[in-house]
Amino acid sequence: MMKLDPKIPAGPLETKWDRHRFSEKLVSPNNKRNITVIVVGTGLAGASAASTLGQLGYQVKCFCFQDSPRRAHSIAAQGGINAAKNYQDDGDSVARLFYDTIKGGDFRSREANVYRLAQVSAQIIDQCVALGVPFAREYGGQLANRSFGGVQVSRTFYCRGQTGQQLLLGAYSALCWQIERGQVTMHPRTEMLDLIVIDGQARGIVVRDLVTGRVSIQTAHAVVLATGGYSNVYYLSTNASGSNVTATYRAWKQGAAFANPCFMQIHPTAIPPGDEHQAKLTLMSESLRNDGRLWVPKMAADHRPPGDIPAEERDYFLERRYPRFGNLAPRDIASRAVKTVCDEGHGVGPGGQGVYLDFADVIERQGQDVVHERYGNLFDMYNRITGEDAYHVPMRIYPAPHYTMGGLWVDYNLMSTIPGLFVIGEANFADHGANRLGASSLMQGLADGYFILPYTIGHYLATAKLLSVGEDHKESRAALQRVTDRISRLLNAKGRRPAASFHREVGKFLWDHCGMSRNKAGLELALRSIPALREEFWRTVVVPGSGEAFNQELEYAGRVADYLEFAELLCHDALHREESCGAHFREEHQTADGEPTRDDTCFAHVAAWEYREHAVPILHKEPLAFEFVQPTTRSYQ
Amino acid sequence: MKFTLKIWRQKSPDEKGRFVTYEAHDVGSGMSFLEMLDSVNQGLITKGEEPVAFEQDCREGICGSCSLVINGTPHGPDRGISTCQLYMRRFPDGAVITVEPWRARAFPIIKDLVVDRRALDRIMQAGGYISANTGGAVDGNVLLIGKDQAETAMDAASCIGCGACVAACKNASAMLFVAAKVSHLAILPQGKPERTHRVRAMLEAMDREGFGSCGNQYECEAVCPKSISVRFIANLNREYVRAGVVESGLPAEPESPHAESA
Repeated sequence: MMKLDPKIPAGPLETKWDRHRFSEKLVSPNNKRNITVIVVGTGLAGASAASTLGQLGYQVKCFCFQDSPRRAHSIAAQGGINAAKNYQDDGDSVARLFYDTIKGGDFRSREANVYRLAQVSAQIIDQCVALGVPFAREYGGQLANRSFGGVQVSRTFYCRGQTGQQLLLGAYSALCWQIERGQVTMHPRTEMLDLIVIDGQARGIVVRDLVTGRVSIQTAHAVVLATGGYSNVYYLSTNASGSNVTATYRAWKQGAAFANPCFMQIHPTAIPPGDEHQAKLTLMSESLRNDGRLWVPKMAADHRPPGDIPAEERDYFLERRYPRFGNLAPRDIASRAVKTVCDEGHGVGPGGQGVYLDFADVIERQGQDVVHERYGNLFDMYNRITGEDAYHVPMRIYPAPHYTMGGLWVDYNLMSTIPGLFVIGEANFADHGANRLGASSLMQGLADGYFILPYTIGHYLATAKLLSVGEDHKESRAALQRVTDRISRLLNAKGRRPAASFHREVGKFLWDHCGMSRNKAGLELALRSIPALREEFWRTVVVPGSGEAFNQELEYAGRVADYLEFAELLCHDALHREESCGAHFREEHQTADGEPTRDDTCFAHVAAWEYREHAVPILHKEPLAFEFVQPTTRSYQ
Repeated sequence: MKFTLKIWRQKSPDEKGRFVTYEAHDVGSGMSFLEMLDSVNQGLITKGEEPVAFEQDCREGICGSCSLVINGTPHGPDRGISTCQLYMRRFPDGAVITVEPWRARAFPIIKDLVVDRRALDRIMQAGGYISANTGGAVDGNVLLIGKDQAETAMDAASCIGCGACVAACKNASAMLFVAAKVSHLAILPQGKPERTHRVRAMLEAMDREGFGSCGNQYECEAVCPKSISVRFIANLNREYVRAGVVESGLPAEPESPHAESA
């Protein structure tokens, strides 16, 4: 029977983390060199964790499927990173960042975790500056800030529209240093395909070398997963095409609980989908909403060019519905509002899937040069993709799956339900509740990797009884066997249908029934249909080539096979959560004006799912107690 | 639209490669170049044939994975973009398009259009970092960095490490790549303590990896998806000369004897 113990330290919120750090056991410096830690993934969380663990003296084996650790998808984050520095003296503080994040998450995250995140946020900026991250500066040389995504203070630090890139290159450079020092052994183009659990502890992984196809066993004293989110289960998302659920999903099958999988962020400002060959949705940074105004024609099916529609015939729907926050309403709210106006027939562009994001006012007020300086690269990107000039014609945007708040369940120490398996960054569920605020994912990834995991993993390694295990252990061999069986099953499927067609089909199904709004009938239909699709996949898929060579289609087909199983878990969770909260909107639970209704009596819990073979997963609940803040109705009106 | 593609196919590093011709039909003008290749590949997979291997990931011009030489030019005909940001409306209907991998001694081919670029990582490991331990960093505003200085550092730091500069250079030099990193860190006060060692170590690593030297032809800048200026190569050369002077024991900057540790 799985037990969920969040291990939250007792006592006042402000001192929990300090006291916890003091009470944790340390590994003596001499012993660290005899301890091996596996880190899977080299995004912000993985690279910062691997480099810091290497610096502390552990032997680190680090894996990524890309050809270089610098290419992990954190690199694509555009907007910025939050920190409670209060450099602008506009009323920010640790307490306020904590409160904004808890409230933004619609009171579905743990107070203690979120408070700790706010506490370490300031340190992250300092660390990144020390590593040479070229943050935007004011003329006087101080760090610049902007306000971002649904908060009323300016606490976001940024590097033009490439903040994720610069933060990741900072962490990557720290990783390079530790590789040079021999503390980290880097394995690029190597994909984790299973987890090895021995005597109840995570002791290694099975990986496939993507160049030679060789499958091997890698053992260690602890395993850290920093493998990102699963937005690509929807086929079209803002994620890189390689982003996948495989590592966390395989860990789930080995006994790690999966928490809140249905909390799925749909980002409001992506370029609308075009034709069926489209492979991804390109995000337009949320920072555009600082100056752009969202509108649709008041008249449904109005096909006039936007410039011909006079102001009084335009519906600035976010400003109308949420006058206090206007165009800066949080992501979940903005996305749903876009969907609502489009569903009512006011959408613009092909298929009516789009709304205008208009910069005419700010250009008139401050000039095109200012807009160019702030958003030039985004306007260029938009122009290349659509062929339109957003300085003169409003952009068209539509929501897109972007980030997953759900992930493997972890306790306060970022350890999953499998001892020795730690999960950090987007791959865990911990800090964003039912909705993540803009510029918070970079903060969380680096908080976990630089400042939290390196402490908490030490306590585990100092106190756990870890016998020596090798590649010949029967559990290692069994994990290897599972991987090779699955690979041969994929290669031996003798059908004619490419894996991508299944991916597109399951993605469309999820988007329709488990996307921006969900209802019981749709979810039940999805749960009935997905197993049939999965069966068809194994019967009719074709994977050309061999397993003992570089084979991109084999990699991809394996990920699609996991999406086809994971999609069901997503729907089970969405079906169980009979309330509307954050990004999860159940049509049965809304007010007369279409605002979501949360149910704190029945659903103030983390839903953690336990895997069972050939059966419905078992739901475990971790109650969320709010000692320091009072859950309120999250109103942005 | 339809296109005739001449694509480089090579089964493995040791086998000989060759161009194979494919027809791409029903291509929409709004499709990206990579989506067009996807659709060719879907056709091959359906027939049970091995698809063309090529690299891509973010498909928004930032991860640096994609790496195709299109009609002889790395990342194709447009400036300031990577292959994933190239759209088919850029080509005339019926065009013949040649697609090759990056070609450089330091980038051995793995399969078809995929090359091994780990040499760039090894250059970074030789010195492309600031040795700053996690924890104990001073407040970010203690180091005042003028806006212009920060912007110039950012111009250099925006390198995505794709290797197009190498593929475009007839000497297969990685000077623009190294120059971008060396300049980014040399401009900022945080990077100053290690600047002498860094430039030497990174250039030595570049030579060791088999990249050529700079021929001042500027092809690198022309194909760089982030339009990184060759002025940074001039800066790299200055840094290198400076390092030589510093290591010779002569004062590098007589007016400011403590510059190295400032």
